[in-house]
Amino acid sequence: MPVRIQTKDFDAGAEIAALRRDNPKIGAVASFIGVCRDANDGDAVTKMTLEHYPGMTEKALEKIVAEAKARWDVMEALVVHRVGELKPTDQIVLVIVAGAHRGEAFAACEFIMDYLKTRAPFWKKEETARGTRWVEARTSDDEAAQRWEPPKSSAA
Amino acid sequence: MKVKILYLASLREQLGKPGEDLEIPPATSTVAGLRTLLMARGGAWQTVLAQGKALRVAVNQEMAQPTTPVKPGDEIAFFPPVTGG
Repeated sequence: MPVRIQTKDFDAGAEIAALRRDNPKIGAVASFIGVCRDANDGDAVTKMTLEHYPGMTEKALEKIVAEAKARWDVMEALVVHRVGELKPTDQIVLVIVAGAHRGEAFAACEFIMDYLKTRAPFWKKEETARGTRWVEARTSDDEAAQRWEPPKSSAA
Repeated sequence: MKVKILYLASLREQLGKPGEDLEIPPATSTVAGLRTLLMARGGAWQTVLAQGKALRVAVNQEMAQPTTPVKPGDEIAFFPPVTGG
């Protein structure tokens, strides 16, 4: 399974080792880890709760991984995303992509994260000194995802 | 026709319920039509689902557009823009 949603922490080293085990064709492994910060929008954050839409989340992530594999020449990809209560310094998300060469692995890894940020149904609620609030979506995340869209045809 | 509706994250809190099974008129055949039907309840329904509010809709767990058809037995989820990762 290239996609896992879980409350427990993950071990990136162990996941990478498992992903490339006994595969001598892999020459590059790119990975990303998203981590819970202690501040957001000018306020100290003491705790975060991640909610998702069970069923759709898995489907959306599997579709993103399948699209990455179709667009770049990579062999393996894994997404692990945590839900539930998290605190600053906790790991949130892990993306690993393995292929023959680094260029394709880097690009596919970044694509998966950019699409996850805008298309996978997760929501963060954070606790600050001023109370509990839902994190607002950022337009910069939409712009990051749009970089990967094929150019629109200008033909009439 | 009968549909299953879900309200997720901040929408669940603002509307005061996680979802509902709803009998809707056959004329309510799109996502936009269902949104209008729910807004007609007034109060929080009208303000939370108002046009112009950043809102996402999924039909049967696939991202949908206002024109996406709504059919009997569909699962329709309303939620705010996503913030994972």
